[in-house]
Amino acid sequence: MPKRQDLNKVMVIGSGPIIIGQAAEFDYAGTQACKALKEEGIKIVLVNSNPATIMTDENIADRIYIEPLNVDTLAKIIAKERPQGIIPGLGGQTGLNLAVELAEQGVLKEYNVELLGTSLEAIKRSEDRDEFKSTMQAIGEPIPESTIITDIKDAYVFKEKVGFPIIVRPAYTLGGTGGGIATNEEELKTIVSLGLKASRIGQVLLEQSVAGWKEIEVEVMRDRADNCIIVCSMENMDPMGIHTGDSIVFAPTQTLTDKEFQMLRTAAIKIIRKLEVEGGCNIQFGLDPQSQNYVVIEVNPRVSRSSALASKATGYPIAKVATKIAIGYTLDEIINPVTGKTSACFEPSIDYVVAKIPRWPFDKFPTANRSLGTQMKATGEVMAIERTIEGALLKAVRSLETGVVGLTIKESGSWTEMELQNKLKEADDERLFAIAEAFRRNWTIKEIKLLTGMDPFFLVKIQNIVAMERRIKEQNLTYDLLISAKRMGFSDEHIAKIKGLTAIEVRKMRQSSNIKPVYKLVDTCAGEFEAETPYYYSTYETENEAQFNYKPKVLVLGSGPIRIGQGIEFDYCSVHAVWALQDAGFNAVIINNNPETVSTDFDTSDRLYFEPLTTEEVMNVIEQEKPLGVIVQFGGQTAINLAGELHQLGVNILGTPVDYIDAAEDREKFEKLMNKLKIPQTQGKTATGVNQVEEIAKELGFPLLVRPSYVLGGRAMKVVYDMHELAQYVESAVEISSKHPILIDKYIKGKEVEVDAIGDGENILIPGIMEHIERAGVHSGDSMAVYPTQTISNKVKEKILAYTEKIGKALRIKGVFNIQFVVAGEEAYVLEVNPRASRTVPIISKITGVPMIKLATRAMLGKSLKEMGYPSGLWPEPDYVVVKAPVFSFEKLSKVDTSLGPEMKSTGEVLGIDYNFAGALYKAITGAGNKFPLQGQALVSLAPKDYEEALPVIKILAKSGFSIVATNSTAQFLKSRGIDVVNTNDPVDLLQKEEVQLVVNTPSQGRSQNSKGFKIRRLSAEYRIPCFTSLDTVEAYLKAIDVAKNNGKLTYNAIQDYLNVDTWARVRAGM
Amino acid sequence: MSGVLILEDGTCFPGKVFGYRGNSQGEVVFNTGMVGYQEVITDPSYAGQIVVMTYPLIGNYGVNKGDNEAIKPHVRGFIVRENCSYHNNWQAEDSFENFLAAHSIVGLEGVDTRALTRHLRSRGTMRGIITTSAGLNKQDFSSNGENLVEKVTTKEIRHLPGTGPKLVVMDFGIKESIIKSLISKEFDIYLVPAWTGAKEILGFKPQGVFLSNGPGDPKDVPKSIVTIKELIGKIPVCGICLGHQLIALALGADTYKLKFGHRGVNHPVKDLLTNRVYITSQNHGYAIKEESLPQDVYVTHRNLNDHTIEGIRHKYLPVSSVQYHPEAAPGPEDSAYLFNHFYDLLVG
Repeated sequence: MPKRQDLNKVMVIGSGPIIIGQAAEFDYAGTQACKALKEEGIKIVLVNSNPATIMTDENIADRIYIEPLNVDTLAKIIAKERPQGIIPGLGGQTGLNLAVELAEQGVLKEYNVELLGTSLEAIKRSEDRDEFKSTMQAIGEPIPESTIITDIKDAYVFKEKVGFPIIVRPAYTLGGTGGGIATNEEELKTIVSLGLKASRIGQVLLEQSVAGWKEIEVEVMRDRADNCIIVCSMENMDPMGIHTGDSIVFAPTQTLTDKEFQMLRTAAIKIIRKLEVEGGCNIQFGLDPQSQNYVVIEVNPRVSRSSALASKATGYPIAKVATKIAIGYTLDEIINPVTGKTSACFEPSIDYVVAKIPRWPFDKFPTANRSLGTQMKATGEVMAIERTIEGALLKAVRSLETGVVGLTIKESGSWTEMELQNKLKEADDERLFAIAEAFRRNWTIKEIKLLTGMDPFFLVKIQNIVAMERRIKEQNLTYDLLISAKRMGFSDEHIAKIKGLTAIEVRKMRQSSNIKPVYKLVDTCAGEFEAETPYYYSTYETENEAQFNYKPKVLVLGSGPIRIGQGIEFDYCSVHAVWALQDAGFNAVIINNNPETVSTDFDTSDRLYFEPLTTEEVMNVIEQEKPLGVIVQFGGQTAINLAGELHQLGVNILGTPVDYIDAAEDREKFEKLMNKLKIPQTQGKTATGVNQVEEIAKELGFPLLVRPSYVLGGRAMKVVYDMHELAQYVESAVEISSKHPILIDKYIKGKEVEVDAIGDGENILIPGIMEHIERAGVHSGDSMAVYPTQTISNKVKEKILAYTEKIGKALRIKGVFNIQFVVAGEEAYVLEVNPRASRTVPIISKITGVPMIKLATRAMLGKSLKEMGYPSGLWPEPDYVVVKAPVFSFEKLSKVDTSLGPEMKSTGEVLGIDYNFAGALYKAITGAGNKFPLQGQALVSLAPKDYEEALPVIKILAKSGFSIVATNSTAQFLKSRGIDVVNTNDPVDLLQKEEVQLVVNTPSQGRSQNSKGFKIRRLSAEYRIPCFTSLDTVEAYLKAIDVAKNNGKLTYNAIQDYLNVDTWARVRAGM
Repeated sequence: MSGVLILEDGTCFPGKVFGYRGNSQGEVVFNTGMVGYQEVITDPSYAGQIVVMTYPLIGNYGVNKGDNEAIKPHVRGFIVRENCSYHNNWQAEDSFENFLAAHSIVGLEGVDTRALTRHLRSRGTMRGIITTSAGLNKQDFSSNGENLVEKVTTKEIRHLPGTGPKLVVMDFGIKESIIKSLISKEFDIYLVPAWTGAKEILGFKPQGVFLSNGPGDPKDVPKSIVTIKELIGKIPVCGICLGHQLIALALGADTYKLKFGHRGVNHPVKDLLTNRVYITSQNHGYAIKEESLPQDVYVTHRNLNDHTIEGIRHKYLPVSSVQYHPEAAPGPEDSAYLFNHFYDLLVG
């Protein structure tokens, strides 16, 4: 059954913004799918609200719509584009749900659009809890005792039958939103009522718990001829009970006999056949560690986070093959692109171990509830490949970039025995380190197994690592010991730390004994066939498969796992750098460790090294490849942080010289430079000791912005209003020392403006200036921003342009840089300069048509802007408006304060584009997944300092059709100013009863977890009620409300339409 | 104790000896299955061979009696990247290392098994010696030509009574799982030694003859080929693996040695009658020469990777065989349906 000839145009729906449970993996899957469609000559209509994705690039899709992902918008685009089909399984749960809704609402039928691949019926059989249950029962596949309820009362009935613990899973949600394990009545009530709300169809599944069983996942593929293959099996180290997205996972399965494995494999094939999935699907099993009993937990009839991991773990491109199946091919007609010869209808065999560790955001959210359960909390993940469990595990820990060396965290040694016991029993993000610590204290395997429920097979591997630590500590570092440690995956830094040496000293010892890594190939077939794709990992063995070649090449450093402050945008930049290098005739080598990304796809770069981004591992690759230079500007702070050490080791860093990178990042040097250039900046000082803090505060005066130096995404950053708050910050939030100074800045209340620019060493091109909607003090990643600017005068813009040029030239910028200004009155003050790509680079590139990364990369290689045909100065601004809005994952992170501040909290972003500000705003707000209530009750609770300022905003709110309810003192104030307001003593009750449609809450200074404000904000997040913590956001909302009331005025254009009629016409006309 | 694998081309792969400590030699082959080491090591088809497992961690779940494919293992040696020092599985009765030691099988661990696999892939399978003493040289390699089937076939006739049709199974080194699969079809089975003649076989008055898997080159058992020749046309004949190759030879076709064989659990085979693809368990070093097939015989199954013949059938006579292992163990159970086909063919 070959490709269908009747398909010319297909729609691909992306997964929207990065949120917990839906990260970069769908950009990877979608991009791969688009490439597969392109190969077949099919035109692609791509819809995604996330501008930082690669799938929304011109060279990936033909018609790109950066528009909100909802049925109304998609229906309009379908009416306009008239695609013949939609592939529902590529855009995560978001894409799948939308495809189902489009079908159910008759849109697909109306426009004669076909669902390609897995059918609507098949999706329902796997997604609808009732249908799934009856389908499994029909084929005799065991599932846990369960019941589906739509009313909380039925939960109590079920409890009587099976007892506790009970797992609660809402239907049609992602990342386990609203789910949990209830161990008593109280918990059952809470979790079930939240779950009913989170579910799109108000359905919740109650399930008997098999916590403690082995959790096994398989990735299965099926075509319409009923051929089935298993691409990869995976075993969670954390047993059932912890969401697989929050579990440490190994591939392939480790502790199953062939009979056990085949039992599950056969079941998986039986299931996918019965469900009639066409393409890929993920099946989760729970397996009793003491018998052959198993249960089917869940089936996802689409590509997923696990399928991305499976693809990277085996080399098998699941999304590509699934797409080919969707357009008519059968598996046996597809060639395995990795070998280029053998069939894609086979099961990959791997000859290494893959470890995945989730990346959690708790470093950003010290107050968050860190415990792990059925609700996923990780924002991203890392993957590591090695030939042993120990090696893969240690590599993965290094890839996390949490500053952990080996398996010891800062707190490890100080845990009491009781704390340690609790940490083993109640899983949180530190359990791996707790296990290691327990072994250090000579706890037995049996004890640890009892507490963690983990298979001793894995525990012993951790024990082996601890034993090696001990050996290194107690023995001389002989050749034998050194090579044993390296073979077990110990880093130079780890060995150095134990021995009291420096990593460079260990490196030298290694080099003098000729102990260096070799690189082995990921080839899908365990070496049985020759492979064509250059995808490598390091290990300490004998044969090196990465043959050296003399091609001119450049190394691009990736950005590691997705985390708050460092998201998919840097993968966009890394991939564009690779393309730009290839265009310019260079071979591009990439190092990265994030399995969810396009940069780690097997055919993105000329050579891919799947490695941690540490100095040691990067240097090893450099010694192997001998590149002309290394690009550090595109891998976020991860890559830029490596620049200094690499430079010291003699590596050629391309682009902006390292000394100047340092001058931009080092506070004092930067201040001097600004003074020299006579560029105004916010006044600030650096404190290297607690005693200096008070002095500096007195000198500058409050309010102050405080933060540690060298930070990313504003970690531990805060605006403080008095000495008491400052003292509290210094005590609790940061460590302060000469090595880790803190920065204290005068906080200027003004408009924040952000500039992304390209320098070629001589000239500077500014593709765009973005204006933030929220005032300075809200992290740039968390504020809405608009392009072109709406309220900045030409005079100020000229100043910004002049300052940017001055700074760019002074810092000898070759490549990209980003400057954040705060505008107060008619002056612009420099807040910070980032000598690297910023979060907004993909946005500006897409909406101006200026290929920023391409220009920056070529500038690094020595081309001038002029030679590339680009002018200097400010790029002409268009007549359309673009608004970026942040997206948060607060409902998944209990106990995190949702109020906006200088500390970044958002996980992703969306874009709204239209021909006017209000329209773009409306699209951005709704695209971010926010409800847009037009009437009802607005709950207002303000900090006294905001009263006066809030008055006009609240007045408009009231006029727009909201009745105002306010907490005591706010109500008193509003009443005194003539606003019709109802006083409430119990805002929490109002929220719980869902009598509130919108919340305005500006936090008072304390932000304590017990405050009423905190409770209001948390409840709003959990009940998905729009909650504004900045008055600027409310104003923006009110500006968009007219559009919301009459959204017929909105335009739905592809990016190409905007660019064609606007910028390019003007560029070609010589501007 | 350190040890080394010396290949007949002189290449050395150092490691550490585990299991039984001694010297051993055989044909070095690699297997790409990620689980199922116990089934591999006890599969009589591996007689005379030193097996390299490409998956680096072996021994993870120990060993248990239920997973044996024969009473004792027949491999000459076992080479792994890491012998798991600690196993865990509820069924485990002993460690893999103890199992090797108990059966006097030399293991070599710490080997760069991927390098070794790539070596065998590019140069073909060859003989090798695992040794703990230095100073071995080429002369120490014994020549080929030992009769491996003779070593693994049953020495006497075994009757496995069943309520169904009578079946004679010619044992060239049969796997336990094949016997189990046949028993599940309720055959009344007579398991006979490889050298049993046609007359004697027909003397059982069976409804069919089944030819088992087994080790080595099919041409090393010429007597059995003669026997099969005599049986074909008189009685339905089915075969698996070596049995399949013997049927081909008996029908007048030829066989040849594959460069590095098929050993693993992920080989795609297309059933040409249904156009369905099955992932199969395989273990063979020889294959049927396509151009040598007589006109009366057609190909029923084909390997999707290298397009070699995986199944044949006679156009007129009840003769059918497959190259791979529908009984799995280790490997996918997808092809279990073939035993139904065999049943139908044998029973008529």
